[in-house]
Amino acid sequence: MSDPTVRPAMPTVSLLRRMIDGLATAVAAGSVLLVLLPLIAIFGYLVYKGFGALNWTFLTQTPKPVGEAGGGMANAIGGSMLILGIASILGVPLGIGAGIYLAEYGRGHFGDLIRFTADVLNGVPSIVIGIVGYSIIVLTQKHFSALAGGVALAIMMVPTITRATEEMLLLVPIQVREAAYGLGVARWRTTISITLRTATSGVITGVMLAFARIAGETAPLLFTAFGNQYWNWRINQPTAALPLQIFTYAISPFDEWHRQAWAGALILIVLIVVAVTAVRIAAARGMVKGVI
Amino acid sequence: MANRAWGAPQLSGPELLPHERVSDRAARGQSALLIPEKSSRWADGAFHAAMWACAGAILLVVALIVYELMSNGELAWHAFGWKFFVRRDWDPVNNQFGALPFIYGTIVSSLLALIISVPLAIGVAVFITEMSPIWLRGALAFTTELLAAIPSVIYGLWAIFVLVPLLRQYLEPLMGRYLSWTGLFAGTPYGIGMLAAGVILAIMIIPIISAIAREVMTAVPQQQREGVLALGATRWEMIRMGVLRNARAGIVGGIILGLGRALGETMAVTMVIGNRAEITKSLFAPGYTMASVIANEFSEATGDLYLSSLVEIGLALFLVTIVVNVLAQFLVWTVTRGTPRRTNV
Amino acid sequence: MGVAIEVEHLNAWFGSTQALKDISMHIAANHATAIIGPSGCGKSTYVRCLNRMHETVPGARAEGRVRIGDLNIYNGTSATQVRRRVGMVFQKPNPFPTYSIYDNVAAGLKLNGFRDRRRLDEIVERSLRQAALWDEVRDDLRKKSGSSLSGGQQQRLCIARALAVQPQVLLMDEPASALDPISTGKIEELIFQLKENYTIVIVTHNMQQASRVAEFTGFFLLGELIEFDRTEKIFTNPADKRTEDYITGRFG
Repeated sequence: MSDPTVRPAMPTVSLLRRMIDGLATAVAAGSVLLVLLPLIAIFGYLVYKGFGALNWTFLTQTPKPVGEAGGGMANAIGGSMLILGIASILGVPLGIGAGIYLAEYGRGHFGDLIRFTADVLNGVPSIVIGIVGYSIIVLTQKHFSALAGGVALAIMMVPTITRATEEMLLLVPIQVREAAYGLGVARWRTTISITLRTATSGVITGVMLAFARIAGETAPLLFTAFGNQYWNWRINQPTAALPLQIFTYAISPFDEWHRQAWAGALILIVLIVVAVTAVRIAAARGMVKGVI
Repeated sequence: MANRAWGAPQLSGPELLPHERVSDRAARGQSALLIPEKSSRWADGAFHAAMWACAGAILLVVALIVYELMSNGELAWHAFGWKFFVRRDWDPVNNQFGALPFIYGTIVSSLLALIISVPLAIGVAVFITEMSPIWLRGALAFTTELLAAIPSVIYGLWAIFVLVPLLRQYLEPLMGRYLSWTGLFAGTPYGIGMLAAGVILAIMIIPIISAIAREVMTAVPQQQREGVLALGATRWEMIRMGVLRNARAGIVGGIILGLGRALGETMAVTMVIGNRAEITKSLFAPGYTMASVIANEFSEATGDLYLSSLVEIGLALFLVTIVVNVLAQFLVWTVTRGTPRRTNV
Repeated sequence: MGVAIEVEHLNAWFGSTQALKDISMHIAANHATAIIGPSGCGKSTYVRCLNRMHETVPGARAEGRVRIGDLNIYNGTSATQVRRRVGMVFQKPNPFPTYSIYDNVAAGLKLNGFRDRRRLDEIVERSLRQAALWDEVRDDLRKKSGSSLSGGQQQRLCIARALAVQPQVLLMDEPASALDPISTGKIEELIFQLKENYTIVIVTHNMQQASRVAEFTGFFLLGELIEFDRTEKIFTNPADKRTEDYITGRFG
């Protein structure tokens, strides 16, 4: 077909082939609509049911005993913050440190082993992480605790942060590192103050994505944090968490609790969507300004 | 030749004129160093060791997971051996435990999810990468990603109150009327059951499969598309022959990754599958999965053998998801390895 | 004040490939010495051996004796110690992207633990003046990032950054190759002024540039130092046939 004057006998595309083409386009567009449908339905219900049940009491009070109206999830929101705080304190430095190792020193077999292990860890079902949190913390401490929940969630955070950090550090041009070496800046100092700093926006994106992922996790908390009807700020005591409370209320037989489950879900999803969207905007700007 | 006494031998270079010679002593006197010249070797070593420890912690955690699962599951292993995975009875009262109903439920609900989600996910990926107008592309990609950000427990909540009633009142009676001869869609339409679990899992894994499919389809070189188009192909023929064929292995990888997620998914499934340790042909009937039996019974398990059996189910789940994920990543890698990889140092 | 550099039997490798073969060379203090040669001849590798930058490339190593003033850099000295005495300007301007102009210049001192703010201000101003950039950036020192400047300004910023740590030697690896003619002119003018106080080694693929800025010129070919002499001698009456072939444009 290099010579345009000698065309094979294919002057027009046949009607049948054009119809198939149109049909394929319609099917693909249709599947997009079909996938968007549950998304819209879920958000629609969350807003519709959630807003109806959301009020000041819900945000400020602890649960009332079964049968009594009112009460809220204040302690679950606080408990979630406690558990997520513990998870972040443990998981973020560890994940970033491992990412630094992979990007700066991890060219050998040990680096490959860590990359592989991080990917394995990323695929471990969250319920299994829950079992491990139970056996290493709950069994040794002899009771459920916010700490056990935090450790379980930290384990889930690490691989995401590690791989994101590695990727972002590798985006920093070698010339920028060399500039620092050329000034006699020590290697560790270059890594922290130049390379990591240049990649900051990307690393924050990774951290926020990991955070959004664990914020809604329920399975690893079932037998670690366990849940609590009351306020608790001590890390060695059973602690309520928003996703746990949603689960308990959703499978209960009480209408009042169902309403509160929707309200809790609305708050949870708003937190996560805000985090994810903020990260996307930051990343879109950061790619232009931060790296390069 | 050299302007110094400490005796460099024959250095190549021109003879210096007197004004070109500057004694080092004079130079040293004038440029005092601003910063102390201390070696950074110790600090560099300590930093390297600290980062190595962080990386090693990942290895340690995975080793710990394996160790805890094996040591806590040992009791069940000793009691039942391999038979544990083919025994059908789950009877805590008489201390008889077999994992078959859960394995069955896990496999059936995951396969059901794949059957529903794969065509949709590929359709979405094809539309976004090959058909959608550019301005819509980012928005659609973001929206499908959002589906992945919704927590499992919220899917479960929505499924209990919206999806299950929908299935019970409309879809299941309809399917029962026309498809009951297959045996798969027979019996009382409870709403809650295997079918509900499969549908909610399908919704949850669509974004995973379509994200990977998009990635590998984007990795297919532009020449492949142009080559097919140059033969006079329509757009669909170009997609089918130029894109899908080349991205095949990677798309299969994405599907397997979705399968890995479905196998381990806990909360949403637990909330709608009905939690009954039985093997029933009909998809309308309640079932149980490996993940959901752990979620439901772990904190209430009385007796060491009961607990140990649950841990052994966890161990099996862990091993299966590892194999599935490694396989998936290998397949995705075979397609994307050609695309330029960033290099360092 | 600059110091002299003495190089004896310097060999360098990338993995198993030898990039420099037995280089011996005496570089005079407070003058500019140009390194020329076709691409791949080892001239970049050579200057990167003078501040132990070569060894940052995985698998790369160097052997031999290099004295910078009284410091024997391949014998018991740490690389960071060497690099604090030897400033380097790279082929492509490489300011720290997230740092302000001020912080770029101050980076070498701050990151090495220098804390005296008042003196830092003085040094930043003096370095930017030396690099002929002060008048263009004095109002945006802390407002603008280093990467927001034009290419020519960025390169002068990088020179200011190197000068701020008060090195004795300034290595320049094709500092103007990525710049427009006007910026190149400014950089050359700058080199002229800087060699009053610094020993300068400049790698260049541009022979006119070598003859404009350097008193001495060394010609490298395939990892060997073919000829090293006064610049005018190299360009008017080279001793080696290969040097003559190169400067008359017969290869490279």
